[in-house]
Amino acid sequence: MAIKIKEFINRLKEYNTTWKTEPRSGQLHSISVLFDTPDQIIEAAKATANAGYKKFDVFTPYPVHGMDEAMKMKESKIGWIALLAGITGAITALLMIGWMGGIDYKNIIGGKPFFALPGSIPITFELTVLFSALVTTAAMVALFNKLPWTSNPLHETPFMKSVTSDKFGLVIEAADKHFDERNVENFLGQLHGHSIEKVYYPIPDVGKTKTPVFDLKFMGVIAVTAILTAIASYAVLNKVLYTQPFNWMWEQPRLNPQAQSNFFGDGFGMRMPVEGTVARGFIPYEYKGMPDSVIKLLANPLALTEEVIQRGKVKFDIFCSPCHGYYGQGDGRLKGQFPNPPTLHSEKVRNWQDGNIYNVITNGQNVMPAYDKSVAREDRWAIIHYIRVLQRSQNAKDTDLEGK
Amino acid sequence: MSFDSTYTKELPLVESKTSFSEIDNVIAAPMESKPGKTWFLLLALSVTMLLFGAVCLGLTFWFGIGLWGNNQPVGWAFDITNFVFWIGIGHAGTLISAILFLLRQRWRTAIARFAEAMTIFAVMTAGIFPLIHVGRPWLAGYLLPYPNQNNVWPNFYSPLMWDVFAVSTYLTVSFVFWYIGLVPDFATLRDRTKAGIKKALFTILSLGWRNSNRHWQHYERTYLILAGLSTPLVLSVHTIVSFDFAVSVIPGWHTTIFPPYFVAGAVFSGFGMVSTVLIFVRKVFHMEHIITVNHLEKMNKILLATGSIVGYAYAMEFFIAWYSGNPFEMFVFINRAFGPYAWAYWTMISCNVIFPQLFWFKKIRRAIPVTLVIVILVNVGMWFERFVIIVTSLHRDFLPSSWGMFVPTLYDTGILIGSFGLFFTLVLLFARTLPVISIAEIKAVVPGAQPTHKHHTNGQH
Ligand code: HEC
Repeated sequence: MAIKIKEFINRLKEYNTTWKTEPRSGQLHSISVLFDTPDQIIEAAKATANAGYKKFDVFTPYPVHGMDEAMKMKESKIGWIALLAGITGAITALLMIGWMGGIDYKNIIGGKPFFALPGSIPITFELTVLFSALVTTAAMVALFNKLPWTSNPLHETPFMKSVTSDKFGLVIEAADKHFDERNVENFLGQLHGHSIEKVYYPIPDVGKTKTPVFDLKFMGVIAVTAILTAIASYAVLNKVLYTQPFNWMWEQPRLNPQAQSNFFGDGFGMRMPVEGTVARGFIPYEYKGMPDSVIKLLANPLALTEEVIQRGKVKFDIFCSPCHGYYGQGDGRLKGQFPNPPTLHSEKVRNWQDGNIYNVITNGQNVMPAYDKSVAREDRWAIIHYIRVLQRSQNAKDTDLEGK
Repeated sequence: MSFDSTYTKELPLVESKTSFSEIDNVIAAPMESKPGKTWFLLLALSVTMLLFGAVCLGLTFWFGIGLWGNNQPVGWAFDITNFVFWIGIGHAGTLISAILFLLRQRWRTAIARFAEAMTIFAVMTAGIFPLIHVGRPWLAGYLLPYPNQNNVWPNFYSPLMWDVFAVSTYLTVSFVFWYIGLVPDFATLRDRTKAGIKKALFTILSLGWRNSNRHWQHYERTYLILAGLSTPLVLSVHTIVSFDFAVSVIPGWHTTIFPPYFVAGAVFSGFGMVSTVLIFVRKVFHMEHIITVNHLEKMNKILLATGSIVGYAYAMEFFIAWYSGNPFEMFVFINRAFGPYAWAYWTMISCNVIFPQLFWFKKIRRAIPVTLVIVILVNVGMWFERFVIIVTSLHRDFLPSSWGMFVPTLYDTGILIGSFGLFFTLVLLFARTLPVISIAEIKAVVPGAQPTHKHHTNGQH
């Protein structure tokens, strides 16, 4: 292990002191020349352009004024890219806002329109700038300047090291139509420059036959990266997001109903309401155990309408029919499992005041439980109206047929 | 980067005739030498501040933003104050690199790179605050319009949504602008470096830049376009930040003067911060002949101008409060100056309006120690401006029964300290790892760097 680490450090040291430049082949790329002042390079550029060379280039540590004209270069067209990208950005923004807010998810916010141009301007402007800046930069780098290109033959030459610091250089490429090694050398010699040098292509990696992509190490790295990414995303999405403090606010410092808590002496999380607390909507019922003469005063507050009767039927069918049967004859579905209630069509009940029935529903009677908790006050009165309807229907007389 | 040097007679931008290779050496020196004791001391200090803030932030994540002093009625306090403050700091960089570029102010060259870097660091610092302000920043992805599981799109008419787009666009474009400016310098550094990881990094970062004139042509045009795009962008960003307030109906916030007032304030505070940092940098890295007193004086002039605009805005707010006849508006402003937060208000007025007026005197503009004191006061004053706007407008609600006071806790104060720690840590690391002055740009403005075009008249061609 220790030896391995030592070896690694040695290799790192070696890497840090020697930069392997690729060996050059015999194939000529270009011939270069250096100048000391901006005036000289301008003149040299003019002379080269006038001599009819097309594939030549000038290298300066900073942009030199008037060089574009001296080299007879056409104006850069990159401005058009900026314009097109900007327009695309603006249209994208408007379509996005219009579709998302105006069509797909219409959300009423303060009564504002779903799509409005003035409110869309800030984001439209930002996206215009964003698209334009990014696309123009990318186009400048990749499309117009064909970068990144770190293996250009000019790299790692003394020439390149001079023009990135303090010299001005000119290069005529072998690919030029008029290129002739001897002529070009003579021509460059007349330009009052110095350090005329030939630049050769680097030898492409000869020994290697395999494509680096299929290299076992490379594929290993890719595989390990893929597995780690998968594990990491699984852990984040399924584990981390469910732990404190990311856990979607599931754990909150509060007491749930029925939960235990050591905070209170009795160990309960829930508290009894303070004595004398009155629930919302509570109205005291004062007729319990009162004689009939008092209960008489309990009058049905609901008007007898079809709507009320319908409501009464619904509630009767839900709450009363299991025992009393759908028609109040005491033949409910619970027959046999619960003491059968008497019929509601008896003389007694028919002669009862509404208040008596109300009293029974509210407080129960013998084995019949109280329904004050489960049936709302108004519904009780509606049920009573419905019971009256049932009673009338079960006790029809012949005279009824005469239409009286 | 191309300037016509013939039509302005200005003080030299670089003192004495410096040769190109000397420029390389001076600018690359901090990157190629071992940092000194002062640097380590400053780094230790800012990293300590950063860690302190990080701990406070971690506790905030764990327990929630209830740890901060924010509460009804002051729901926005240090978080948003810091956001607006740092975003404002960022504005100087783009102003220097884009607006002064378009105005052909060649003196910007020496300070542009540093100011741009500070823009990026300041916007990064600023971006933290709205995120942590939402309480659960790991869900901040919902701010972006992507088809999420809730089937909900964001509200594009909310100023807070505009903020998301403005700030992220600003950060992206500033970064691209900065990086594109760095590419030729990376090429220079690549060719200076003999071997090693550094060389490999510079080779990759330089994209294989070759200083070719056929490249410079498109490069310069792109730079111009980016400057042209960044100029309205920088104005839009603080305008939109001011909409966060102006579009609401809170007295003290709901005013039309906010956009220009905020932009001026942003430039003011940004220049304050750039000056503060540069005064140290030129000293520590021996760059006095490149970042000259002339530069500092010019920045002081801009401070004077923007400080006066800010002062005008303060006065105008008061006037409009009276002129509007709105009793709530009037109350807010009288309460600002004479209420429980009067101390903050008068700190702001003295730091932003009174002290910068000393820059009317040339002697003071060119005196570096005095400048340092004033620019630090400007930083303090501008932080208080945001504090005053936010807290004093909120702490007195319409109903006196809902009145309250904001008192910061250890945690929101700690995060404020941490934000300074983050910013200065990034600045210090930047100063050691990247060229703090644009090598290519400064070479172009050295005396004798541009052709005289004398030969034209000689009739050689
Ligand atoms: C759990 C079964 C059950 C349900 C449900 C029930 N009852 Fe009863 N009910 C009875 C029984 C049993 C009696 C007889 C009680 C007794 O012995 O006095 C009775 C008695 C009555 C009486 C008095 C009859 C009399 O002759 O004394 C009325 C009126 C009455 N119920 C109405 C209702 C109404 C209205 C509902 C619906 C809200 C209802 N009951 C729901 C079981 C039920």
